[in-house]
Amino acid sequence: MSASAAQKVDPAQATLWARHYAGHDMIGTRTFGFWLYMLTDAMVYAALFASLGVLSHAVNLAGGPSPSAFINPIYAYGETITLFLSVLIYGYSMVALKNGNRGAVIGSMFVAMLLGIVYLVIAGVDIGNMFAHGIFPQVSGFLSIFFTIIIYHALHILVGVVWMLVMMVQIAREGFSANVIYRLINLRLFWHFQAVIWVFVFTFVYLQGMVA
Amino acid sequence: MLVHLQGPWSPLLGRLTLQQIPYHVPILMVTFIVVAILAAVVLAAATYFGKWGYLWREWLTTVDHKKIGVMYILLGLIMLLRGFADALMIRTQQAMAVGPSSPGEMGAVHGYLTPFHLGQIFTAHGLIMVVFAATPLLVGLMNIIVPLQIGARDMAYPYLNALGLWLTTAGAALVMLSLFVGNFAHGGWYGFVPYFELPYSPGVGVDYWMWTFQLSAIGTSLGSINLIATIVKMRAPGMTWMRLPIFTWASLSTNLIALTSFPVLMVALALLGLDRYVGTHFYTAGMGGNLMLYNDLFWVWGHPEVYFLILPAFGIMSEIIPTFSEKTLFGSATLVLASFAIGGVSWGVWLHHFFTMAATPSVNSFYSVTTMLVGIPTGVKVFNWIFTMYRGRVRYELPMLWALLALFLLLVGGMTGMMNAFASNDYMWHNGLFVVAHFHLMVLTIAASIFGAVEYWFPKVFGFKLEQKWGTWFFWFMVIGSGITFVTMFFLGFGGMTRRLDYIPYTQWSPYLHIMLLGMVFYVVAVLFFVAHLYVSLRDRVKNRAGADVWGTGRSLEWATHSPVPAYNFAITPNVNARDEWTWRKENGLTELHPGDYEGIHMPKNTGVPLFLGILFMGLGFALIWRIWWLALLCVALIVALIIIRSFDRDTDMTIPAHAVEQVESGARDEMSATMPTAGVRGGTVIAHSIPQSGTGGISGSTTSTSPSWAPMDR
Repeated sequence: MSASAAQKVDPAQATLWARHYAGHDMIGTRTFGFWLYMLTDAMVYAALFASLGVLSHAVNLAGGPSPSAFINPIYAYGETITLFLSVLIYGYSMVALKNGNRGAVIGSMFVAMLLGIVYLVIAGVDIGNMFAHGIFPQVSGFLSIFFTIIIYHALHILVGVVWMLVMMVQIAREGFSANVIYRLINLRLFWHFQAVIWVFVFTFVYLQGMVA
Repeated sequence: MLVHLQGPWSPLLGRLTLQQIPYHVPILMVTFIVVAILAAVVLAAATYFGKWGYLWREWLTTVDHKKIGVMYILLGLIMLLRGFADALMIRTQQAMAVGPSSPGEMGAVHGYLTPFHLGQIFTAHGLIMVVFAATPLLVGLMNIIVPLQIGARDMAYPYLNALGLWLTTAGAALVMLSLFVGNFAHGGWYGFVPYFELPYSPGVGVDYWMWTFQLSAIGTSLGSINLIATIVKMRAPGMTWMRLPIFTWASLSTNLIALTSFPVLMVALALLGLDRYVGTHFYTAGMGGNLMLYNDLFWVWGHPEVYFLILPAFGIMSEIIPTFSEKTLFGSATLVLASFAIGGVSWGVWLHHFFTMAATPSVNSFYSVTTMLVGIPTGVKVFNWIFTMYRGRVRYELPMLWALLALFLLLVGGMTGMMNAFASNDYMWHNGLFVVAHFHLMVLTIAASIFGAVEYWFPKVFGFKLEQKWGTWFFWFMVIGSGITFVTMFFLGFGGMTRRLDYIPYTQWSPYLHIMLLGMVFYVVAVLFFVAHLYVSLRDRVKNRAGADVWGTGRSLEWATHSPVPAYNFAITPNVNARDEWTWRKENGLTELHPGDYEGIHMPKNTGVPLFLGILFMGLGFALIWRIWWLALLCVALIVALIIIRSFDRDTDMTIPAHAVEQVESGARDEMSATMPTAGVRGGTVIAHSIPQSGTGGISGSTTSTSPSWAPMDR
């Protein structure tokens, strides 16, 4: 059972130490870690959507309003358009990054951030309207999970907006350093991920709620 | 939006009042006095010996994965002791409070603990042992060993690593604080709804439980991201997947479980938090809540968590057994497959925690079958270890003894686990002591592997071996204690006793409960032996100096650097040629640790930010528990500000210059050669390693364990 039986490396020729080893690709490592983080966030959403499925029966309305009675598709439509437009424009910012155009990166990121703020305003108005009609998370189990999902998603948008603000300052301060570049790539992942999640929120919370 | 609270509340202090200090409970007051004296002694000693600067520079602000691992393990040991003290109190109470004529002391009708106090103790015991003892101990070991085994300089994200440590520490500190300010949850460590809802548990106990749990969940998720990224991205050149050491494989599969399951726990707890703070209706009985939702969400985390704990233990056994059998691991590819099979099936078994609750027979059958499936990969592993020992040159040193104990406990615990897998059986003994005895044997498997791992890798981290005499006493008393306590517990389980009783009405159970208390006596003595073990080892540390290949028969890459390991791990990144790289090098006479000219090494700088974030998260947890809103908002604002400020810090790295590396390396070599003849070769290219190998039928090496083979070797 010698361990060397299966080895094919010739000991006489073997390299034992990796001299001048350049180390590991820092940007790739950071980006990979961010994918892992997004997997955890996807699991949070998965658990929340599973809870939505559990709490979507008639008994979970507890005599409160059913989603078809109060969901206003205009707001969801507006949120969809602004968020997807924002993601698109963030994509342009990344194209500008490839070209090394600092001004264009900051400019398009600024527009993407503004659209994120517009999204937050629309979501705020939507939620405010529901509250004004007495539709609160405390009314029923269904409304609890309904508001939890849309507010949790809006919080992510808020984080993205703050992150973009910070990145604009950092690009202006230090240009395209390795730190800035990996953060821009991670922010791109983050921002696209929010759009992907929005597809699920739109489908399972708004559309499914409308037809329920 | 916030719920209406019973009892006093003020904007400045929230629910905190002087009445929340339990000064009328003598046990807690004595504990408090002891803890206060100990803390005063430690602080005074640190000041007297002028160690604050040292502590700050070398430990509190460190991002070195080995030091972070050591702190994780220290935290785990402290909490293990706390959890053990809880266990001792539970066993004492149950031995005392049997039958209607049993006397009561200190306010209790029977025994010496009120039901409320006992409830807090068994809740804290469960939570502490699972998430604040076993988890930090294993995470600490993975932190230390994984980068060494893959030939990396540090973890992928050293800063995040420190953050994970301090978040976990913040959670542990809050659990300890609940002893002296307020109280802890008293409904069991996994919580019940709607019992844990505000109307039925109006105190702060559940809030303590919820936020400490949440903090440790966040810390562990961050740690899992770090370990996976380290294993995937930071391997040394030549370290292909099939050359990955088995402990690293186990760490990978275990952290994949953590990565995917801990977020579900966060959701389960956060929804309960919304119910308790905002007044939503996720788990309420009525108003459209669904209490089975909590059970499902919690155990969707809870069962994978069990395998999160056991897989690193299996990895440890898979490292120790080959080293002390002097053979390569039997069928290591199947062991890797088995690890991932266990990790995969862990997602499909959670319902077996509540077979008796509201599931149809077809659902129960499904989860029954998946649970039994776990036995197949686990059985594969058991045979892997047995065939590794078969015809090996087995040496019964302390790490090996612990690994064998773990193997034995795994067999008994696993077989009884298979008995629990039958849904029909569960209708007989759900929440009975049979189940409790089963899972205690499983966590003892984990504990035994951890003690084995500490014995095994301690010299690698600290540069000296632990002594054997007291360690052997410690081992045997743990064996006897476990046997007496938990075999008896199986009998009580057959007898029909249920868990968490503060009063036992049947006097015929009294002998068994007293036998279990006798087992606890052995445990207490074992703890004393453990302290003696550490003390004597520390006293005789010069005598027990260890070389690079401490046990003489080490197999993987961590034995190919000095003991203690320098800050940068490897002076020059190793190039990997074989699965058991170090064994391969020894067999081919390539054990030299002096690769020649050194280069500067790029390393992360120390930073205090993770420690401050940990303190702020602890403040946030405290504020939320006591509903001190201004403090909570302040902590959130400071946390966000600190994260942003840190992101502007460009001075986060440093380079260890080549001459400093040279200095450390030659220092390590001199230390080795001080006690033995030098080889007399100019340039001093000689160090520490194992005896050159010449054997053919097996890995020959030093079989006399007491003299690690670090004789110098001529180049």
